Amino acid sequence: MPDNASPVRQPAPPASSTALEREVADLIVQALNLDVTAAEITPDAPLYGEGLGLDSIDILEIALVVSKHYGIQLRADSEENEHIFRSLRHLVDYIAAHRTK
Amino acid sequence: MRVAAALPAGDHVINVCTDRYRFTVGFAAGLMAHKISLLPSTHAPEAIRQLKAFAQDVFCLTDDPQCEIDLPKLLYPEGSGEATPGDPSWGAQETWQCPEIDADQLAAYVFTSGSTGTPLPYKKTWGRLLRCVHDGASRLGLLDGRSHAILGTVPPQHMYGFESSVLLGLQSSSALCAERPFYPADICSTLAAVPRPRVLISTPIHLRALLTAAVALPDTDLIVSATAPLSQDLAREVEQRFATRLLEIYGSTETGQIATRRTAHTLEWRLWPGVSLTLQDGQAWAQGGHIEQPTPMCDVLELQGEDRFLLHGRMADLVNIAGKRSSLAYLNHQLNSIHGVIDGTFFLPDETHASSAAVTRVAAFVVAPGLTGTGLTDELRKRIDPVFLPRPLLFVDRLPRNGTGKLPHAALRALAAAHLRPAP
Repeated sequence: MPDNASPVRQPAPPASSTALEREVADLIVQALNLDVTAAEITPDAPLYGEGLGLDSIDILEIALVVSKHYGIQLRADSEENEHIFRSLRHLVDYIAAHRTK
Repeated sequence: MRVAAALPAGDHVINVCTDRYRFTVGFAAGLMAHKISLLPSTHAPEAIRQLKAFAQDVFCLTDDPQCEIDLPKLLYPEGSGEATPGDPSWGAQETWQCPEIDADQLAAYVFTSGSTGTPLPYKKTWGRLLRCVHDGASRLGLLDGRSHAILGTVPPQHMYGFESSVLLGLQSSSALCAERPFYPADICSTLAAVPRPRVLISTPIHLRALLTAAVALPDTDLIVSATAPLSQDLAREVEQRFATRLLEIYGSTETGQIATRRTAHTLEWRLWPGVSLTLQDGQAWAQGGHIEQPTPMCDVLELQGEDRFLLHGRMADLVNIAGKRSSLAYLNHQLNSIHGVIDGTFFLPDETHASSAAVTRVAAFVVAPGLTGTGLTDELRKRIDPVFLPRPLLFVDRLPRNGTGKLPHAALRALAAAHLRPAP
């Protein structure tokens, strides 16, 4: 999987976020009842642990949403797995590449 | 024997191996070497620091070379020269003598979070642990002479996983699956890959995820759920879609497992043989059987005759998120110990209020003018299990304390209503 996140931290302008990023961010906020708006999720900030502060219960919930909306079953044994939840952008890249609906 | 010989001198071990086979071997090696396993409720840095104060010689057995726990570490020694079932030398090894472990030997301390900021240890002797798990195996129908394959979605380090995904296998001549699959697709494929009869040891969160995900559910001979009660509807759907029996287990860290129910058929829990409940001032106490000493239960229980009861939810101060228990008093103590926090309190929103989310989270109100939300959350992360991190964390000018300094629930609820968005 290409690593789109530059090691140099860039200010992530919301204008650069794609329609799919906004859609996925919306789904996450709704599914997890988060205290932020979708626009406040920085595409390159970590989702897990620090950053947005999601834990494994949330990740399972996101996996369900991704399965329902995009027809992708996430698997822990795929090599990409640890990259997928690195940031919203990584998750969205993965969805774009593997969606079946 | 090989692992037992590799253990360092300390008498206390924290076994954080994520692979269930390595955890089980590590635990057995500890028993043979007369080490005591410490099973804390979380591995947060503050909890580890408190464990070090409890047992200064504690060391950590891990199978992760990157393990960040701040203790002397022993990396699980992988087998070398040991025969496995595929090797020609398999079966030609010297006759193995099953070691005899004294029933009175102290096998483990299991910790609850306590309410004063210090985790409370509960002694578990080997004999009583086994009696508990043996009664459980009998109740689950695993002592029918067949060897079952047991797959767990729960970690072996917490009481339920320790009893039902580690000791249960040892006590019922069953096979343990080393994996701990996480995603629904992984749980199903791992389950489908093991021979029948097969048993899934899981939780309401995972079962709900399995039913929701569009994956093929393999026929399963028994599904066990614990950590939080299942609704009867969910239980019936699980039974139907896995073509299985689903049994729920009720227990606590303090007492171990004490009751089961077939939730699709009844809401009544049936106590294990020898265990009894009595009510004292409205609180249920459990004793007898494998229970070390009469123990107050943290849930509101209604007795239904000698060996049956109904569960009516937790006592007011307790929080149970995804099977991790804590008390508001403990969480408040940790919050108020943070430098810069003038006043603060956790708050458990009403379950119905948050019913759209899979899991009800705790919120917190804090008076801390010099701190940022991120900074405060980072401090909390060092002290409490991440599932209890407040969502949301709300900064206020003052808490609605009454004349005696107490925080009436109604006042907190009003404050919450003013700050929390209603569930969509």
